[in-house]
Amino acid sequence: MESVVGLLQLIINGAATGCIYGLIALGFVLIYKATEMVNFAQGEIMMLGGFAAYTFVGIFGMNYWVGSGLAVLATAAFGYLLDAVVLRRVIGQPQFAVVMLTLGLAFIFRAGAGIAWGYDSVAFVTPFTNSIVRFGDTLVLGADNLSIIFGTLVLCGVLYLFFSRTRLGIAMQASSQNQLAAYYMGIPVRRVFSLIWAISAGVAAVAAILLVPVQMVDVNSGIVGFKAFAAAVLGGFGSIPGALVGGVVVGVVEQLAGFYLPTGFQEVTSNIVLLAVLILRPQGLFGQVIRKRV
Amino acid sequence: MSIFVADEIAMNFGGIRAVEGVSFAVEPGEVFSIIGPNGAGKTTIFNMISRIYTPSAGRMMFDGADITNVPPHTIASLGIARTFQNIELFANASLLQNLLIGRHCHSKVGLLAQLGFTAAVRDAEIAHREKAEEVIEFLGVQRYRDQMIANLPYGVRKVVELGRALCIEPRLLLLDEPSSGLNVEETEEMGHWIGDIRRDLGVTIIMVEHDMKLVHMVSDRVMALASGRILALGTSSEVQNDPEVIRAYIGGAPA
Amino acid sequence: MIAPFKVSYRQDLLLAKTPAAKASYAVLLVALAVIPLVMGEFYVGELGGLFIFAIAGVGLMLLTGYTGLVSLGHAAFLGIGAYAHAIMLAQGLPFLISLPLAGVITAAFGVAIGVPTLRMSGLYLAISTLAFGSIIGTVLQKWDALTGGFDGFPVRTPTILGWKIQGAIGTYYTSLIVLVLVIWLALNILRAPLGRAMVAIRDSEISAQSMGINLAVTKSIAFGVSAGITGLAGGLYAHYVRHLAPDSFDILLSIQLVTIVFIGGLGSIHGAIFGAVFMRLLPQAIAMVRDDLPFGLGRTPGLEPSLFGLILVLVIMFEPGGINGRWMKLKHWCKSFPLHRRAASRRQKSYAKSERLR
Ligand SMILES: Nc1ncnc2c1ncn2[C@@H]1O[C@H](COP(=O)(O)OP(=O)(O)OP(=O)(O)O)[C@@H](O)[C@H]1O
Ligand SMILES: [Mg+2]
Repeated sequence: MESVVGLLQLIINGAATGCIYGLIALGFVLIYKATEMVNFAQGEIMMLGGFAAYTFVGIFGMNYWVGSGLAVLATAAFGYLLDAVVLRRVIGQPQFAVVMLTLGLAFIFRAGAGIAWGYDSVAFVTPFTNSIVRFGDTLVLGADNLSIIFGTLVLCGVLYLFFSRTRLGIAMQASSQNQLAAYYMGIPVRRVFSLIWAISAGVAAVAAILLVPVQMVDVNSGIVGFKAFAAAVLGGFGSIPGALVGGVVVGVVEQLAGFYLPTGFQEVTSNIVLLAVLILRPQGLFGQVIRKRV
Repeated sequence: MSIFVADEIAMNFGGIRAVEGVSFAVEPGEVFSIIGPNGAGKTTIFNMISRIYTPSAGRMMFDGADITNVPPHTIASLGIARTFQNIELFANASLLQNLLIGRHCHSKVGLLAQLGFTAAVRDAEIAHREKAEEVIEFLGVQRYRDQMIANLPYGVRKVVELGRALCIEPRLLLLDEPSSGLNVEETEEMGHWIGDIRRDLGVTIIMVEHDMKLVHMVSDRVMALASGRILALGTSSEVQNDPEVIRAYIGGAPA
Repeated sequence: MIAPFKVSYRQDLLLAKTPAAKASYAVLLVALAVIPLVMGEFYVGELGGLFIFAIAGVGLMLLTGYTGLVSLGHAAFLGIGAYAHAIMLAQGLPFLISLPLAGVITAAFGVAIGVPTLRMSGLYLAISTLAFGSIIGTVLQKWDALTGGFDGFPVRTPTILGWKIQGAIGTYYTSLIVLVLVIWLALNILRAPLGRAMVAIRDSEISAQSMGINLAVTKSIAFGVSAGITGLAGGLYAHYVRHLAPDSFDILLSIQLVTIVFIGGLGSIHGAIFGAVFMRLLPQAIAMVRDDLPFGLGRTPGLEPSLFGLILVLVIMFEPGGINGRWMKLKHWCKSFPLHRRAASRRQKSYAKSERLR
């Protein structure tokens, strides 16, 4: 019985971390589907979101919910501007150039955060910090991890409703599927793309805020972005539910590897999963082979 | 003996039957044209011959040997060259380099010799260069020799792609819409080159083409295709006057 | 200026095609050979490091700039080369055997990585090389028995034919010689069928195949050669740092390597060298102005990476041809001086070109 409970705790912890991966991967996927750009700075945008929340809640002493909401809005606005000022200008350049561009942005964000907030880890008190939830007598779970999972589910529901029910969401889907057709239908494609950047930045900020009770924010927090690649690839790099499921799978496998395998394996788990998936299915788990027609 | 034979070849993409049970034989030295409305399956046939696609059914023979399952990179050294409907040149290389890549199937120098650029490699390179220069002269594109393909006008690129195929020294040449995107004079010039290639170089040609004037000018036989099936096969005037063919062009799909 | 008339096809195959080019390369070589006699130890050491990064840059340029295969994990090859060389030296192998062997071992790793990634397209290749690089980086960090744990791995000072390769000057000359050899090798590849096959794959896989190019074989060779050259750089890097630290071969280093080829200018060996020069000079330049910067900016540790990122962003936005592209434009401008037209060097814009299909 002990071990079953232990296993369950591991899985819940893993799923919580996985939700964070999934949320970042979701940002990748949204942007990739729309613009064919891969944003290697997604993890750093999440880090900036974390610092923004720290500023509002931790420094200005705002209410947790108000401060977090403001942080999400601020990060989303930042994402919008990023596209409008920088990325819009490189449309048409090779994919690799965009990869390098976003890597360069990641360096700038990291250094900028260091200059603005310093190089120490910071955190602030949330309603979920250091509290636990009991299920029956034996199962004890941290409210922090549960809040991540719950928050992710709520956010996904909101996004689902947005993309399927609102005009803007439908316009976004249309623009992702066929830019030219969307353009002729009168959709302002460029503005829609900037809004997509805003949404993925906002989602990254939510991920950062959900993560605060578990892990402090510092300039290197963006590293999780690389783990989120595994999640996105596992999900086929084109499917939003796929990215979330991929994130949870990676998170859980990582926890289990950390527990059952010798030290050192946990760090490489996500990468091994990623390589294994790509070697077996070079087009991703749910992706399909599309070849250029000549 | 026919130089190329397609025996009941078919190609499915998921549910789409792009080509269905097509059979034809091409005789050495002839210009064999394939016509048909958009989406008829013409390019798909070329892609099967150059082994980019593997037919879902049927067999293809080249020069008496079965090529249905050979790997795609061996097609060139067997003596089959092709051009592409939308030009697939190496855009960030010079015209000369593009032609030299056409010589690739004739190069036999080993990896280590190349790393050291031995005298043997150098001599082989000079021989390739001479061949490429012959083609440059044949097509009259000397003045573009060292220019990047990306900087050349469309009409010239079309000619370069033809030249690159000639560098393979093929016995069978597949031309996918050689006149598309060309103006009237350029099309006429293309027609003369096709004639020259067949006459002077003795190359057999299969050509996909929409421009009926060009088809009429160069073809020995014409095959009309619609919705992946053969409608008619014969001389160019026979095919053009075939009622089925006329209906396919005017009324969309054949009855 | 009118280009000199070409005498023969043979002349076109020479590495330096005109007497002027020959003379300028000779002058450059002589200058590099005497630098250690006139410059301080510190600068000689830094130049040695520059040569090492130039070697790695040439290696990566062959793969990324010429074959079009992106690698975000090349630090791994640098690390494999460094440890292979250092371990073989420690086992008592002579330098002249150990360094080439380190290159060969790394090349084998390169092929081993290349083969499973053959069917992957651009984006997935970039991500999986990133994953591979970070796996190797972690292995080097955690495998204490191999790497000496936190204390690192001291690199033995080797001797070549009785001459001790010691200190900055020793590293300088060995790296310079290897760099010249590697450039010669790269140029040989590029004027031979292999180099053309690589370029063909970069520009159109489908038509490369129809020209008789075996994609799998050519890509694997490109991976092997690129990794092998980077492994040589790794072996020299071991001497440059003298003490291999377990965490020196991380993602950051991989990104620095791609930045070299990118800022230098893809598809040009000159570009790889320019990129390395830039990459190694930037920290020196920052060090020089650091104390004069306002607002205490000079003291923030983030200054160097942020400038690095900023320059990368600016290059991509405004000069996608990199330093080499700028250089070519400048040369063109000088040659056609009074007659220069802006349009001639203006880049063509393309919109929404899909790379999901290649
Ligand atoms: N790779 C592919 N995947 C799915 N369907 C394909 C593929 N290639 C071709 N098709 C389909 O097969 C059919 C025939 O296409 P094909 O390109 O052979 O036509 P075509 O006769 O060359 O037309 P066009 O004159 O426009 O060039 C079309 O319906 C096309 O959509
Ligand atoms: Mg076609």
